[in-house]
Amino acid sequence: MPIELLFVQLLNGLQYGVLLFLLAAGLTLVFGIMNFVNLAHGSLYMMGAYFAAWAYNNPIFGIQSSFILAAIVGVLGSMVLGVLIERLVLFSLYDRDHLDQVLATFGLILVFNEVARFIWGPSSYYMEVPEQLSGTIKLFGIDYPSYRFMIIAVGLLVALGTYLLIQKTRIGMLIRAGASNATMVGALGINIKLLNTLLFGLGAGLAGVAGLMAGPILSVQPGMGEPILIVTLVVIVTGGIGSIRGAFFAALIVGVIDTIGRVFLPLLLANLVEKSLAQAAGPAIASMLIYLLMAGVLAFKPQGLFPVKHG
Amino acid sequence: MNWTSPRFYVPALFLLALGLLPVYAMVASQPFYVTLFSRIMIFALAALGLNFILGYAGLVSFGHALYLGVGAYAVGILSFHGVGNGWLQLLAALVVGGLLALLIGAVVLRTSGMTFIMITLAFAQMGYFLVVSLKAYGGDDGLSIEQRSAFGLFDLNNHTVLYYAILFCLVAALWLFSRMVESRFGMVLRGVKSNERRMLALGFPTFRYKLVGYVVSAQVCVVAGFLLANLTKFASPSYMVWQVSGDLIVMAVLGGMGTLFGPVVGAVIFLMVEEVLSSVKPGWFPQIEEVLNRHWLALMGIFVIAIVLGFRKGIYGYVVEKSSKEAKA
Repeated sequence: MPIELLFVQLLNGLQYGVLLFLLAAGLTLVFGIMNFVNLAHGSLYMMGAYFAAWAYNNPIFGIQSSFILAAIVGVLGSMVLGVLIERLVLFSLYDRDHLDQVLATFGLILVFNEVARFIWGPSSYYMEVPEQLSGTIKLFGIDYPSYRFMIIAVGLLVALGTYLLIQKTRIGMLIRAGASNATMVGALGINIKLLNTLLFGLGAGLAGVAGLMAGPILSVQPGMGEPILIVTLVVIVTGGIGSIRGAFFAALIVGVIDTIGRVFLPLLLANLVEKSLAQAAGPAIASMLIYLLMAGVLAFKPQGLFPVKHG
Repeated sequence: MNWTSPRFYVPALFLLALGLLPVYAMVASQPFYVTLFSRIMIFALAALGLNFILGYAGLVSFGHALYLGVGAYAVGILSFHGVGNGWLQLLAALVVGGLLALLIGAVVLRTSGMTFIMITLAFAQMGYFLVVSLKAYGGDDGLSIEQRSAFGLFDLNNHTVLYYAILFCLVAALWLFSRMVESRFGMVLRGVKSNERRMLALGFPTFRYKLVGYVVSAQVCVVAGFLLANLTKFASPSYMVWQVSGDLIVMAVLGGMGTLFGPVVGAVIFLMVEEVLSSVKPGWFPQIEEVLNRHWLALMGIFVIAIVLGFRKGIYGYVVEKSSKEAKA
């Protein structure tokens, strides 16, 4: 087993995990405060990717193929969209039970997928890796695509920023207080609705960042949000719903296990059993690994790895 | 039984209409209706199964499409290996589905609320990826089925026979659930929905009751999947895709959650709306018509949101409640 391959796949896993964390953070924070789950979070990710790809491929004020501009359009676009759907549809669902929330946001997914299909067509929409980042970078003597390395770096920076925001600022303090007792925070004179809209916008922005960065390496297409949304749900359930720390560690664990499993499990099985069986069973088991991980965690800790204590 | 109560006459009229439909289709020479309503009744059956735990036990399973898939692939895989006997296929489907539901239920029922919703979804997704990666059985493309299940006495290749077999399963499930919700077992489940802690304090081992309820509900979906594979002669991963689980919940909610007949009404209306929206020809402007027909799923999404925001009791639920209020007044 070449050690370089393992190292590269570890980095790929880390990169996937970082993307998952960007999505999981917004979802888990909104759930923590408002006890609300938004299945349409994956749609915000999709729209972020489309906005960014559109801005990259079309000239805006005469500027084309600028990754910075694409980033601004993608992130701002999904933020505005997030705040809009929160104010227009979702806020009326806060007092409803989880079933209503799930169904209404399920309806939103259908709408967003069709909107994307209507505007940008049913086939994949391409966004190329920006030229400055299209090369490779030397990491401990191994060539690694610099774009993917940038994803890891940006993702970790955003994670650090979120951590500082939540732990060290006044807004973060209110968010944490809201997560442990929203009614009490409201009674103390804090506009909890505004706080939640802000938080929702932040979560949507993070989803937009994920969409922007995923755009050049995955295909931007209608429905691209759902598969990653479901893995994100696995992440936040494994990490403990409402816990940002749990989301971070679970995202990295899930990302690495999924990537490593897909590459190495078929190879590993080929040594143990006959080749045809290994070729059939390897990918099958690899695709189930993260769900088995989640089931295993929940069997022992039904509240997830980092349970949140509600006061 | 009160003959004038909508609890009686709505189901009776619906079932009568479903029973007579093949006759109408023959007279009007529209055989298409038989296939359409076969499909509708299969989804009604699945929604009925889901509603047993969703409406009566308050367990929001977002993963019942998994069991549709188990039923469909039992037919597909066995017939692929040359086993065409319907009884054997059904037995295999129920055994595999039962064991799977028991295992998954044992894990998911340890959680509740939001976690339960997400984890049922995740398990269904796991099943989906499993079949997609089984290249020997068609993988992504699905598995076409050469022969419908052979049941000896009656031949499912005849569309009318298949139609009535599905109708029979639907009526049988309705009868089964009408007995179950009134039984001691059903009462315990309904007690769990309104206050689980109290049921525990009363000494009921609620976990066991919920687990049995989950397995029963899954098995009904397995049967629905079995019938679906026979109708389409195809076992496809698309039966297990997560939108199907969502559709099933919408059907149950649209008709009236926690009512016996609601899911059937919901399935009929939901799939009719789908049928109409995807092929509507209002004859206004050709451009609008084309957009509508291509993007009807968006209207479906708005329809779902509208139901949730504005019509929470469901159609049948509303009718039944209104009449029982009038009866009291």
